[in-house]
Amino acid sequence: MAVHTTTGGHEATTSTGLDNRKLFMWLFLGSDCLFFGSLIATYLMYRGRDEALGKPGPHPAEVFDIPYTSASSFILLMSSLTMVLALSAIQRGDVRRLRIWLLATSLLGLTFLGGQAYEFTAFVHEGLTLRTNLFGSSFFVLTGFHGAHVAVGVLMLLSITVLASQGRIRQQDSMTVELAGLYWHFVDIVWILIFALIYLLP
Amino acid sequence: MSTRHEQAAPEVHQEHAHPGPRTYVEIAVALAVLTTLEVILSYINVNDFARGLGIMICMTLKFALVVMWFMHLRFDNRLFTVMFVGGLTLAVAVFIAVLSIQRAIFA
Repeated sequence: MAVHTTTGGHEATTSTGLDNRKLFMWLFLGSDCLFFGSLIATYLMYRGRDEALGKPGPHPAEVFDIPYTSASSFILLMSSLTMVLALSAIQRGDVRRLRIWLLATSLLGLTFLGGQAYEFTAFVHEGLTLRTNLFGSSFFVLTGFHGAHVAVGVLMLLSITVLASQGRIRQQDSMTVELAGLYWHFVDIVWILIFALIYLLP
Repeated sequence: MSTRHEQAAPEVHQEHAHPGPRTYVEIAVALAVLTTLEVILSYINVNDFARGLGIMICMTLKFALVVMWFMHLRFDNRLFTVMFVGGLTLAVAVFIAVLSIQRAIFA
């Protein structure tokens, strides 16, 4: 049965009765699971191989700074809270709070990215690059792609903040914020997996 | 007079009411506690299996909390869950396949 929906101020008819943009976003996130699943599996496949093959270090235990990465993880987790509060604000029609929470989310995202840039720099100074060994290749590719996802998310959030400041995001446009939020939370859950499987697992 | 569009809109955007800010803060506190627990587990002196199991449980709980509450899968239409869980299942299948190949090659 076809159902009329309102998306971004214009009418659309969908056979599912659901917003097509939201359906697409969930489909995209499902496919992105495969992308990150493959990268994490690759990292775990090569874990410990450098030591077994006698390849030069540094190895994970020599470079990982767990307290530092824990702080980064905490920052990203809290950015999910500010993101969902932004959505809650626009669903109530509170554009001022939407802008505040979106800015807070962007700042937390930028802080996480700054922390990752610092971590990468520290690793390079310790002699670990993309070419050093299997650990370096798989680690930088995995966390680098995650960082790129965070950077895209920050750009999305800042764009929505600008649109909200121009009065172009209103209560009826809350789906736009919801879609950006879904993407942002996905980036967060990927980090939850990376933090546990790459940094913490013995 | 109520139009067809006006009747359909609430069904589309709000399958069930989303929780309020207070609930979101409570979920965030739970996430922070679980993260702290994960880090503590990574430091304590127990055998690797117990430590790994504890970390995996915390990780799974955090994952579920964000997906169910912050991403609203608990409240939204089931088709979204099918889309996401479908991708996630395929990802886990790839994960297991890759690690099985590794075990076969490097054994």
